Amino acid sequence: MADILVVAELAEGKVKKTTHSAIAFARDAAQGSGGTFSILALGAGVAAAAAQLTGFGAAKVIVADDAGLAGYVCERYAPTVVAAAKAGGFGVVVATASAFGKDLLARVAGQLDAGYAADISQVKAEGGKLAYRRPMFAGNAYGWCSIDTATQVVTVRQSEFSPAEPSGGASPIEAFAVAPPCAGAERIEFVSFEQVKSERPELGEASVIVAGGRALKEKFKDVLDPLADLLGAAVGASRAACDAGYAPSDLQIGQTGKIVAPKLYLAIGISGAIQHLAGMKGSKVIVAINKDADAPIYQVADYGLVADLFQAVPELVTAVKAAKGA
Amino acid sequence: MKILVPLKRVADPDNANKIKIAPDGAKIDTTGLEWKPNPFDEYAVEAALRLTENGATPKVRGGEVVVVTFGPKEADTTLRQMLATGADRAVRVDTTDDALDGSLVARALKALVEREKPDLVLMGKQAVDGDSNQVGQILAELLGWPMATFAATLQEEAGALLVGREVDGGVITLRVKLPAVVTVDLRIVAPTSVYSLATARTHKYADGVRFSALPAIMAAKKKPLIEVPLAELSPDTSLRIAYSKFEPPPVRKAGVKVPDVAVLVDKLVNEAKVL
Repeated sequence: MADILVVAELAEGKVKKTTHSAIAFARDAAQGSGGTFSILALGAGVAAAAAQLTGFGAAKVIVADDAGLAGYVCERYAPTVVAAAKAGGFGVVVATASAFGKDLLARVAGQLDAGYAADISQVKAEGGKLAYRRPMFAGNAYGWCSIDTATQVVTVRQSEFSPAEPSGGASPIEAFAVAPPCAGAERIEFVSFEQVKSERPELGEASVIVAGGRALKEKFKDVLDPLADLLGAAVGASRAACDAGYAPSDLQIGQTGKIVAPKLYLAIGISGAIQHLAGMKGSKVIVAINKDADAPIYQVADYGLVADLFQAVPELVTAVKAAKGA
Repeated sequence: MKILVPLKRVADPDNANKIKIAPDGAKIDTTGLEWKPNPFDEYAVEAALRLTENGATPKVRGGEVVVVTFGPKEADTTLRQMLATGADRAVRVDTTDDALDGSLVARALKALVEREKPDLVLMGKQAVDGDSNQVGQILAELLGWPMATFAATLQEEAGALLVGREVDGGVITLRVKLPAVVTVDLRIVAPTSVYSLATARTHKYADGVRFSALPAIMAAKKKPLIEVPLAELSPDTSLRIAYSKFEPPPVRKAGVKVPDVAVLVDKLVNEAKVL
């Protein structure tokens, strides 16, 4: 039996959608191992976010609210996660494998001297013991692993765990004192968070993604933006397009970039390198538009259109407008 | 500045489709795969070179770059490659590839850091085989040092680094006083990503990592490379995570080719029902 502690990811006082995937994991794992799960909300001014988290069936919502946690710095967050894990006797500490989760939980694992399974895609319970499945080698193999340390640390791949829906009820809220920062924390200063201003959804949260490859050249925005605007889609890019400077690097989709699984993924002028496919092949419906009929992207695409993208995409915009108007 | 760069050799990620799983699923069969430095670690070496030079005179080292890897004798090749690009010395922690996990590597690196006393440990954010993304963070914790992961930019200040971290939705800028652990992301090798105190802010590097000229490759054969047994750095060589089985990824079945945009839209609306 293992009780599970979910570390919520919060931003501007709200719960980020990434958190719901970690909750989905916790529900599965708690059920499989016969334990319960609780959620830790930590940050500055997190009362409202904590209240939002009470509707997911957690045994409790643990709140560590402190002005010193304004501006995320791992060295100030990790000790409180560790303290909460120890105080509650939790057997598993989990977060979603976002930039936040990957940064924080590895250090938490270090502090607990715990085994850490990163970016897992599946959990199963075998005789009360948890086994984790992880994509490795750019998605070319999956490994099943287990951890024997007293506490286990796990991050979950957002695209592989459908976001948990609220289940009703009201978990009790428990205030928790913030622990002193890690050694060395006084040598680190949070300078700024420069948010990329965008009217569009974040890649991890979008239900439609329009992604472009190197074939778009300098026309990357001109070609993709009208289609993305029309579909309310996030814009993504292949590594080749980012490396060539046609798209900013934070748009990169792939094993080492963003991992996405939207309802609809449109790959425009993307040939489909292995590491790109690893970042998007969990998408529900994949459309590929490419001039090269033999491009590997067609091996994963539900619908392939072999065409010159500079003609096909504007045509697609017109046709979708017509279809939506009908 | 003295910089320690841990690096890992990995099966060439561009040939990863050749990865074979042993029939009983017990292990990944790496025979016949071409070994390459983990790309993110290669970027860390490039960033370390940029931090220890004036960009205008890249052959003059204004600090020391020590590269370290874990593996059998054959892993020396990877270290020599890095010495050829400009690193000064190399350490190979002698072990087999499969006797390691992130925690053990971090524990051994901690002992090595205590011997070498670098100002900075600079490494890739993850290795592209295990994709675990954890050694830098665990090492920082064990050392009690500040850390900055996923660095896209590095600017040297007196006794400190200004680090731009690529995170979801933007860039977090941290100032870390040395010594510190920094892990790097893809964009760290862009032309204006890294500035030492000596390099003019107007300097632009060539995109990517530098190539080694033949004389440098020859000279690298004479640079110091020492071997240290793993157990000397970490008497506790136990692993925290155990793999029991590997399996190939599920195959996604290829769909259909459509003749034109009109059919595509019709399929998306009426068949897939996603528009």
